[in-house]
Amino acid sequence: MATYDGLFSALGLSDWCARGAGEGGAPMSMADLVSQSRGESGQEVSWWDTPFPSLDALHDSCDAIPQSRDLTLGLEQGFLAIEDEMSIVLDPLTQPLSVALRNALWLFTETPWWIMMPVLALLVLVVSRSVKLVGFVFFTIALLAFIDHYNYAMQTLAIIFTCAVICVILGVPIGIAMSRRNSVQKAIIPILDMLQTLPPFVYLIPLIFLFSVTEPKLYGIAIILYAIVPVIRLTDLGIRLVDKEVIEAADAFGMTPRQKLYGVQIPLALPNIMAGVNQTIMMSLAMVVIASLVSAPGLGVLVLRGIRNLELGVGLISGLGIVLLAVILDRVTKAALQRINKAQN
Amino acid sequence: MTKTAKKGEQKVKISVRELYKIFGDDPQSVLEYAQQGMGKTEMLEEHGHVLALQDINVDMQEGEITVIMGLSGSGKSTLIRHFNRLIDPTAGEIIVDGDDVLAYGEEELRKLRRERMSMVFQKFALLPHRTVLENVGMAQAVRGYRRADFEADANKWLERVGLQGYGGQHPHQLSGGMQQRVGLARALAANSDIMLMDEAFSALDPLIRTDMQDLLLDLQEELSKTVVFISHDLDEALKLADHLVILKDGYIVQQGEPQEILLRPNDDYIVDFISDINRARVLRTRSVMIETTEPAEGVAGDVDADDNLESVIAKSEGDTTKKYRVLQDGEQVGVLDMQTLVRALVPSQASESGMRAAAV
Repeated sequence: MATYDGLFSALGLSDWCARGAGEGGAPMSMADLVSQSRGESGQEVSWWDTPFPSLDALHDSCDAIPQSRDLTLGLEQGFLAIEDEMSIVLDPLTQPLSVALRNALWLFTETPWWIMMPVLALLVLVVSRSVKLVGFVFFTIALLAFIDHYNYAMQTLAIIFTCAVICVILGVPIGIAMSRRNSVQKAIIPILDMLQTLPPFVYLIPLIFLFSVTEPKLYGIAIILYAIVPVIRLTDLGIRLVDKEVIEAADAFGMTPRQKLYGVQIPLALPNIMAGVNQTIMMSLAMVVIASLVSAPGLGVLVLRGIRNLELGVGLISGLGIVLLAVILDRVTKAALQRINKAQN
Repeated sequence: MTKTAKKGEQKVKISVRELYKIFGDDPQSVLEYAQQGMGKTEMLEEHGHVLALQDINVDMQEGEITVIMGLSGSGKSTLIRHFNRLIDPTAGEIIVDGDDVLAYGEEELRKLRRERMSMVFQKFALLPHRTVLENVGMAQAVRGYRRADFEADANKWLERVGLQGYGGQHPHQLSGGMQQRVGLARALAANSDIMLMDEAFSALDPLIRTDMQDLLLDLQEELSKTVVFISHDLDEALKLADHLVILKDGYIVQQGEPQEILLRPNDDYIVDFISDINRARVLRTRSVMIETTEPAEGVAGDVDADDNLESVIAKSEGDTTKKYRVLQDGEQVGVLDMQTLVRALVPSQASESGMRAAAV
C-alpha cells in the first residue's frame, strides 16, 4: 500500500481514515488511474523515493484526508457561495465607475477630431508650458489618425484618463493615511506588494465572476487595482521625505494639522506624488491591453486581433500606437513634474 | 550692559524648574535614578536610556538675551525645544509669563506658539514653495490673515533685515545668509515677545555670521525681546549674552553673567573652554577695575565701563604705567590701572586665582 500507511496505523487512526472513505468518494485523479491500470498500486516504494507528506500522499494512505485539488475546489466554491452577496454590495458601489467610463468613451470618441485635437494640444500646453511638446503630441495624434487608428487611440486615452483620475482620487488619501501612521503603512504595504506582483491576468478571473462582461467597470476595476500602487507608494514616501526642519517650523509657528498637510506636506511632496501619477498612467496603459480580453475597447483590441488571427501587421501597428501613446503621456507628465521641481528647488 | 541698576524692575519671562528629559522605551521608570544624580554614561550603560537633560534650572529675564551654550550632544537643542513644547519633558516645570506651559491643552499650546513665541532654525526651515514675502508672513497666515493684510508688515520686516525688494523671490534663489535673514524676519513678523533661536547663525560663513550677530544686537536694542539663543561658539555666546548658561552632557555646568563666568570659571571644563578666546575683546573694564568713587590721582583719561580691554590698550598705546578713570553714565565707578588690565589677560592666572573650591 501507500507510504504513510504505517504512520496512521501506529497513531491508531485507521478507523478514522476508513470512515472518511465512505463519505469522500471523490473522483480518482489521473495519477491514480494510470497507476491502477498499470497494476502498480500495491508496489513497495524505496526509501529514496519517499514522497513529501503532502495532502495527496497522505490521502493515498488515509481517505479522510482531502486531496490538494479539493483546496482549489473549495476556494472556488467558497467564492461562488458569497458571490451573490458580494455583487449586491459591490455592484452599486462600483456603478459610478461604469458611468464615468461610458461617458469618457462617449466624450472622446463622439467629439469631432477637429475639436478634440486642439483641446488636447491646449491641455498639453497648460500642463507642460512647452510648445515643442505640443507640436510633438499634435503630430503623433495626427499620425495615428492618418493610419485610421484615431478612434481606437481615443478609446484607450479615455479609459486611461478616467482610471488615472480615479487612482489619484483614491490613492493620494490612502498614501496620506499611510504617512501619518506607521501601523497603517504596515497594514497596507503587503496589499500593495500583492497588487503589484499578482500576474495581471489573475485579477480578471474573480472580476468576471462578480460583474457582467458587458459592464465597463469590469476592466476599470482591473486597471485601477493594477495601476493605483505607485501613486499610493510615492504619496506616502513623498510626505515622509518632507524636510523634518520645515515640519518643525510649521509646528513651532502653531500650524494646525490641516494647515500643515495642505500648506506644507502636500506641496512639498508634490514632485514625488507627480512621479507616482506618471507611473500610474504608464501602468494603466499596460493594463488596458490586457483588459481588452474582457471587452475593454481601444488599441488593445487590435493587438488581441493580431495575436488571435496571427495578423502580424495589425498587431505591430497597434502595438506601436500604444508605444506612441505611452511616450506622449510620459513626456507630458514628466514636463509637468519638471515644472513643479523648478518652482521649488 | 551692566544690569545692576535695572535688575530690580526686571521680571522673569521663562522659568525652568528641575527639568529632566530622558529618551528611551520607558523614561518614567528610570527617572528616579536620574533624580538621584545618576550620570549620562551610567544611565546608558545600566538602563539603556539616554539622559538628555538633568536638573535644569534657569530663569530667563524679560528683554534679555539668554545664550545656552554647549558642545554637540550637550542637550542644548533639546532644551530649547521644551520652551514651545516641540519636545515634552520627562519631569519638571516650564513657566512662561507665570503660566505652566505643561498644563496647556492643544488649543492653548497652539496659541502660545502662534502669538507668544517664534523660532529661528539652524537650517532656516523656510517653506521652499512659497515666496520670501509669504515666508515672512507665515505667522500671520497661520493665524488666518490674508496676504493683503500682512503684506505691508512683512515688507517692513524684510526691509529691516536688509532684504527690501526680495519679497517675490523663492528661498532657493537666495544665499544662505539671506535665507537666514528671511528666517529672522519671519520670527520678528510674528510679533511675539519671545524669540527662540536654535543655532541660528551656525550654518553661516564667519563674516556673515558677524553681520547677523550685529543685526540681532541692533534689533534687540530697538525691540527688547526675550531671546533664547543656542550656540556652540563661545565667541558668539560672549558677544550676545546677557545671561550665559553652559551645558555639558545635559546638565548646567555654570550660568551667570558672561564676564563673571570668564573671570571666575567654576569648572575645569569651562577653564578649557575659555582658554582659547580673545580675552581683551571680551572682557569689559567694569569687570577688572577696582571699584571706587574716590577721585583717583594721576589718571591718563576716562574710559567707559562697557569698553572692552582691547580699546583701552589701544588708547594707552601699550603703556602699562597708565591709569584710567572708569565712568558709567558720566559718573566715576572705578579706577583701572594698566597692570591689572594686563594681568587679567592671562587666562591661567586669572582662572587659578578665581577658581572655586571644586575645581583642580
